[in-house]
Amino acid sequence: MTITGQPVHRRLGMTDDEYESVIGILGREPLPAELAMYSVMWSEHCSYKSSRSHLRRFPTQAPWVVVGPGENAGVVDLGDGWLAALRIESHNHPSFVEPYQGAATGVGGILRDVFTMGARPIALWDQIRFGPLDDPKNRYLFGGVVAGIAGYGNAVGVPTVGGEVEFDPTYAGNPLVNVMCLGILREEQLVLGTAGEAGNIAVLLGKATGRDGIGGASVLASASFDDGSQDKRPSVQVGDPFEEKKLIEACLELFEGGLVAGIQDLGAAGLACAISEPSGRAGVGLDVDLDAVHVRESGMTAPEILMSESQERMMAFVRPENVEAVLAVAKRWEIESAVVGKVKAGGTLTVRHQGEIVAEMPAASLADDAPLYDRPFSRPEWLDSLWETPDPPSIHPAEALTRLLDDPGIGSSAWVHEQYDHMLFLNTLCGPGGDGSLLRIRGTTKGLAVSTDGNGGLCLLDPKRGAARLVYEAALNVAMTGARPMAVVDNLNFGNPEKPEVMWQFRETIEGISEACEALGIPVVGGNVSFYNETDGGDIHPTPVVGLLGLADPVPGRLPGLGRAKERMEIWEVGPEATDNLAGSAFQRVVEGHLGGRPTAAEPEMAREVIDLAGSLAHQVPVLHDVSSGGLPVAVAEICIASGVGAELWVESDARLFSEDPHRFILMMEPGTVSLPRALARRIGSVGGDRLSLAGASVELEVLISTFREAIPRRMRG
Amino acid sequence: MRTAVVVFPGTNCEHDVVHALRSLGGEADLVWHRETDLSDFDGVILPGGFAHGDYLRTGAIARFSPVMAEVGRMAVSAAPVLGICNGFQVLCEAGMLPGALIANRDLAFICRFVEVEVTDTATILTRSAELGQRIRIPLNSYEGNWVDPGAEARVALRYLDNPNGSQGSAAAVANVDGNVVGVMPHPERASDELLGSADGIVLLESFLESLVPA
Repeated sequence: MTITGQPVHRRLGMTDDEYESVIGILGREPLPAELAMYSVMWSEHCSYKSSRSHLRRFPTQAPWVVVGPGENAGVVDLGDGWLAALRIESHNHPSFVEPYQGAATGVGGILRDVFTMGARPIALWDQIRFGPLDDPKNRYLFGGVVAGIAGYGNAVGVPTVGGEVEFDPTYAGNPLVNVMCLGILREEQLVLGTAGEAGNIAVLLGKATGRDGIGGASVLASASFDDGSQDKRPSVQVGDPFEEKKLIEACLELFEGGLVAGIQDLGAAGLACAISEPSGRAGVGLDVDLDAVHVRESGMTAPEILMSESQERMMAFVRPENVEAVLAVAKRWEIESAVVGKVKAGGTLTVRHQGEIVAEMPAASLADDAPLYDRPFSRPEWLDSLWETPDPPSIHPAEALTRLLDDPGIGSSAWVHEQYDHMLFLNTLCGPGGDGSLLRIRGTTKGLAVSTDGNGGLCLLDPKRGAARLVYEAALNVAMTGARPMAVVDNLNFGNPEKPEVMWQFRETIEGISEACEALGIPVVGGNVSFYNETDGGDIHPTPVVGLLGLADPVPGRLPGLGRAKERMEIWEVGPEATDNLAGSAFQRVVEGHLGGRPTAAEPEMAREVIDLAGSLAHQVPVLHDVSSGGLPVAVAEICIASGVGAELWVESDARLFSEDPHRFILMMEPGTVSLPRALARRIGSVGGDRLSLAGASVELEVLISTFREAIPRRMRG
Repeated sequence: MRTAVVVFPGTNCEHDVVHALRSLGGEADLVWHRETDLSDFDGVILPGGFAHGDYLRTGAIARFSPVMAEVGRMAVSAAPVLGICNGFQVLCEAGMLPGALIANRDLAFICRFVEVEVTDTATILTRSAELGQRIRIPLNSYEGNWVDPGAEARVALRYLDNPNGSQGSAAAVANVDGNVVGVMPHPERASDELLGSADGIVLLESFLESLVPA
């Protein structure tokens, strides 16, 4: 069976060995539909075949974990019968091929992962990374991705309340588009992705199945880019937020009525995944009739129907007596529905099309028998030369500060977040532009805090230290809203796992995240791995993105905010004193144009102490802000800009000034508001005036404000 | 005294509007767009969102939803009829308000606080406010740019710093009788200091005070 000279399985992204495994399972050559199903389910994107063995390292247990990794989303217990569901996903490759639809369908996909659990999605966060904006191609990608997130998220009616934007040449050939979603539910509404028991009926809900996105998981998400990437455009799905909105409301009504036994969204690998995974999890079989599937185009073949990644579809498993009620709910919300299968005892998945059996295999084999690779890894030899301590830089504080504020990853994100509806549902107590987000749960005293953090440069220099610092940074950010860190999801964006150096970075990153989570006593409840982020052989910096959920109970009566600094307030720096280590800092990237040295390691005990302190200070002081990208001067400048007031800093002009050493935050308060532990806190200045003075230099507030505000807009004007 | 809050497929601000009205002591209930009898209600709000996906043109499909005949009847009967954001677009498409809403001047979605000024207090949205009163309120729209090539319209609220290119800086527009009003910024999003502003309460109170038994 060959097409244009290559065996079909290779054209579907499957190796010869994997093909032999399929023959071993079936005891015969696979039929075309079977081959299609195995090829998508065994793709890197769906099977995690290169990463699974390493992901087991993550700590995943805690008394408050209701659902850990492996389901559609992680679920944690918030107390008083409330649960939160969270998940993070990447849509890197589709967004490079078609930025608007790639980003839009990324939003749609993550929403389905969350409401599949029975939760109402209440907020989204986007972490997006591009090459420098002086290249029109990057402006096109950045603008398209932001428009796609806005176009889908706003219309589907879920607020996008925060995220990250970063620009670095490493992402020029391979932008990163990650999205995190948080949902809440009452505990009795929790639903899992299971087919349940024999006799249950499979009901396909939502949009008709078309030819879009065929092989997206295997062809697009699990391969690298080269000059032929535009040919992959037909593999990108097209999103329809209106259909998704109706689907969300219909599904939530089904869950409230207890009408489904289990439900699975159709994302990567489409129907192939949605019929096999729930059956495999439940240890049952399933008869599926592809003729019953509502299709958008005539003449679709069985493999096309099974592999299609058409958006806005869900597969519900329903007890026979509830089928009529389920179809009635679908009709009321004006979404299409079709009875497409029946659960049976035994573990065999049988798929029929036009009166013939087109696929028959053990349902669990598609997930459980997926290949598992223990890929070789080795520490990159070039790391030693990168670690050589660079000469101490000459510091010009005023110039460095304005250049940092002009960096589009540090300057105001308003150009981005003002395109997102970040206020819907009236829950957003802390929205975009601050450190962590905070959303209230109305009718309770609780608030949910989220911070998402990534830093590719830091992780290139030391993936383990870098990744651990991301966890601590996120934990500190949620603490500054009054929340206690609770759980982590991670999105691991890496290069080609077939390269031992990339696998080493991957392992080190997992170790770093795991150690930090263990030190904080919080579990990893889900994640996503995106490999093959390389173009023309060049891998991106290893870029783990950590999303950390915290619970504030009660929510502070008056939250600290960057805009609450006033004349004559004291300025304090809290946490360990910075060293002169600038490795992986924004100062290196923006001011020096150089990346080198070994980043400062996190200190677990210090981290815990500082996080606890920030959590209690959040209830007492008006201004808290973490010291991260751009170091202390940028942190203080951001407060000055938001508050419209100057400040005087009593600091010295050396490398320590722009260091991004971990576990530090800025506090501002009226004199004597609280008494701070002397071992942890240092008075460093006063609020007041119309300029920011530091280390013998100063910048006018007006200049800070205009530089900060214009960092993105002036570049997007071209 | 009951307010119907209409839900089209794609509407998304309905729960926020009901929450805000109820927190002010109002009685409000969700009504599906296929409803053909609103005789139990004394006023109606078309909330924000993307009715019918905003496909074809904002509000262009929603105007044909079955409930719109009843909305029209209430408008004629002098009952308060308020369209917020997408609801404003629907009322213009349905011909209950003058003009139309087109894409923002800068062709980008705008979600942020803006300041508006009360320019007419003889409408169901502004009767409890003072002329010239300034209100800080979130805008959240892509097609928020109101244009009216025809006769003069009653502008109830005006942007201080016109963010979207609206004709005459109009942020809220009323019919001749002042009982049908479309407002582009969201009063329900400015009804709680914790969320950044409670300035919108006076607008929602105006609406509630305008209700008279049907």
